Amino acid sequence: MNWASWNDFLAMGGYALYVWGSYAVVFALLATEIVLLALRKRRILQQLDRMRDAARGGIL
Amino acid sequence: MMYVTPENTVAGQQQLVGHFSWFKYSSPQTFFRLAGKLAPWFAVAALVFAVAGLYLAFFVAPTDSQQGEVYRIIFIHVPAAWMSMFIYVVMAFWSGMGLTFNTRLSGMMASALAPTGALFTFLALWSGSLWGKPTWGTWWVWDARLTSELILLFLYFGFMALKAAIDDPRRADKAGAVLALTGVINIPIIYFSVQWWNTLHQGASVSFTSAPTMAATMFAGMIVMALAFWMYSIAVTLMRVRCIILERECDSQWVAEYMGSVK
Repeated sequence: MNWASWNDFLAMGGYALYVWGSYAVVFALLATEIVLLALRKRRILQQLDRMRDAARGGIL
Repeated sequence: MMYVTPENTVAGQQQLVGHFSWFKYSSPQTFFRLAGKLAPWFAVAALVFAVAGLYLAFFVAPTDSQQGEVYRIIFIHVPAAWMSMFIYVVMAFWSGMGLTFNTRLSGMMASALAPTGALFTFLALWSGSLWGKPTWGTWWVWDARLTSELILLFLYFGFMALKAAIDDPRRADKAGAVLALTGVINIPIIYFSVQWWNTLHQGASVSFTSAPTMAATMFAGMIVMALAFWMYSIAVTLMRVRCIILERECDSQWVAEYMGSVK
């Protein structure tokens, strides 16, 4: 085990800013990409829904 | 007058001949379903590798005797840098396929890969900068490795901007493919930059020709994190290509049928 305590772990031997600054941005941006993709999928499905309803309206 | 008969369509010919063809999967309609089935499995694999990789990175790999704890940035920095180059090569591969076989899916795959490639390039630069400050005393230096990686980021941006600027998707695919294939020359430049030039950036810790110059647990952590990023990249690329397929094929009969089946 590398760490004597929770605080020891968070301190990263004095390099907390650099280590956590790297990891936080990496995982935040990867999560953001997934959220943006889910929103894009929802947007295109809603648009396809409207197109289908418009096409039905045209036939009736 | 030309009638559509099984003999004069590609799909019809394949049915008549009755043999398995990889080109079947180059149909966006077929690939849409395949991507939808595969994406969740790659996402699960990414999560499992990430948990294992982070455990190795923080709890198994020892403190570095020279750099102390700051070296732990390596577990995301190196995998992100690998992915930034690898995704570009895959993007160039699909671009080449598109130009050679004129398959619609190829251009869609290249488009789906670019944002994730750009993201990993940015993350490699970001984590590298945060590692450079405490170890080199500077956030940034214009050495060959850092500069060529920055050019990679601009290549991704250029590829996306070019495709977005051309209205006709098939023409955009061709123009993007030429750009992607031209830019692939930058990949060996990035990779070998630390040998060809005198750089502040260190040489490779891991290479194909020699044993890694680091503790086995450090090496294992790096490889497992690389696998996590790789599986993540496949999952998000498949998710994105499904969006692109729906956007581009929204007028087609099969998309209408798909919409009927999900509601």
